[in-house]
Amino acid sequence: MNKLLLLPLVLFIGLVAFLLVGLRHDPHEIPSPLINKPAPAFQLKQLQDPNKTFSAQEMRGKVWLLNFWGTWCVACREEHPLLIQYAKTNAVPIYGVDYKDERATAMQMLDDEGNPYTLTASDPEGRLSIDYGVYGAPETFLIDRDGVIRYKQIGPITEEAWQKEILPRVKQLSQ
Amino acid sequence: MKHFVLIILVLFCTGGAPVAKEAQSNEDPKIEQRMKALTEQLRCLVCQNETLADSRADLAEDLRQQIREQMKAGKSDQEILGFLTQRYGDFVLYKPPVKATTYLLWFGPFILLVAGTGVLYRYLRHRRELIQDKPLTAAERKRAADLLRNEIG
Repeated sequence: MNKLLLLPLVLFIGLVAFLLVGLRHDPHEIPSPLINKPAPAFQLKQLQDPNKTFSAQEMRGKVWLLNFWGTWCVACREEHPLLIQYAKTNAVPIYGVDYKDERATAMQMLDDEGNPYTLTASDPEGRLSIDYGVYGAPETFLIDRDGVIRYKQIGPITEEAWQKEILPRVKQLSQ
Repeated sequence: MKHFVLIILVLFCTGGAPVAKEAQSNEDPKIEQRMKALTEQLRCLVCQNETLADSRADLAEDLRQQIREQMKAGKSDQEILGFLTQRYGDFVLYKPPVKATTYLLWFGPFILLVAGTGVLYRYLRHRRELIQDKPLTAAERKRAADLLRNEIG
C-alpha cells in the first residue's frame, strides 16, 4: 500500500523530467529534411556581376558553405563580422545567397563591412530559399564533394557552432 | 467640408492599398478557395502558432504565392503538400502523418486510456474486498453496547 502512495510522486518526477528536457529544445530549430540529401540544384545570377551565373553544379568536388543572408536581416548583420573572421582562416569557402534583397543595398553592405563570400548569388524573389527550406535567415548549409547537404546551421554561426559543428565536419568531409 | 471628406477618403484608399491588394486580388476564386483550405492545415514556420493561411510573415506570403502557382499548373493538393514537407519537414503539417516515428504521438493516448482503465478496474476490485462487511463477534457486540449505554447514561 505504501508503495502505491509513492506512485504519484514518481509520475510527477517523470513529468518534470520530460518538461525539463523540453525546455532545453529551441522550438525554432526544426530538423531539416534536407540533411543527407542532394543540395537542390540552382542557377542564379551573381550579385556583383549579373551577367554571370552561379550554380551548385560548379561546386562538385569541393566542400563548401552556402549562407543565406540579406541586408534586412538583423541576425545576418550580427553574423557578418564572424563570417569575415571565418573566411580569413581559409578553412572552407563560404558562398552567399543574397535573399529577397535590393542589389544595390547588398553591394553597399559588402563594400562597407567587408565581404566574407567567395561569391554571392542573388535570389531576389526568395525562390531558391524556399527550395532550401529557409525560414529564418541566416541559415547556412554545409555541402560535401558529392553535392550532398551534411549540416544546416539555423541562425548565426556562433564561435561555438563554428568550432564544434562546422570545423570538425569540414575536416572529416575533406579527407 | 466636401474637400476635407474627399481628402480623407483618398488618404484611406491609398493607405489601405497594400492590404486591399491581397484581399481583393483578381485571382481565380476557385484557386483562392482551394489555397485557403490547404494553407489552413499548414503551420507557418516563422510564427509557429499561426497557420500559413493567416500569417502575415513574408515567407508565408511567398509560400501562398507558390501554392497558388502550383495549383494553376494543375498540381494536386497531395503534390503540393509533398513539395512543402520535402523542404520544411512534417513540422509544417498541423496533422502529422502516421509513421514509425509518430506512433507514440498517435496511439499513446489510447495506450494511456487502456492502461488507466486497467488500473482503475483493479483498484475498484481491491477496494470492494477491503470494505466487505465482517460481522462482529459476540464480545465486540457486547463492548459496543456497553459503550453506547455509558454514552447515554
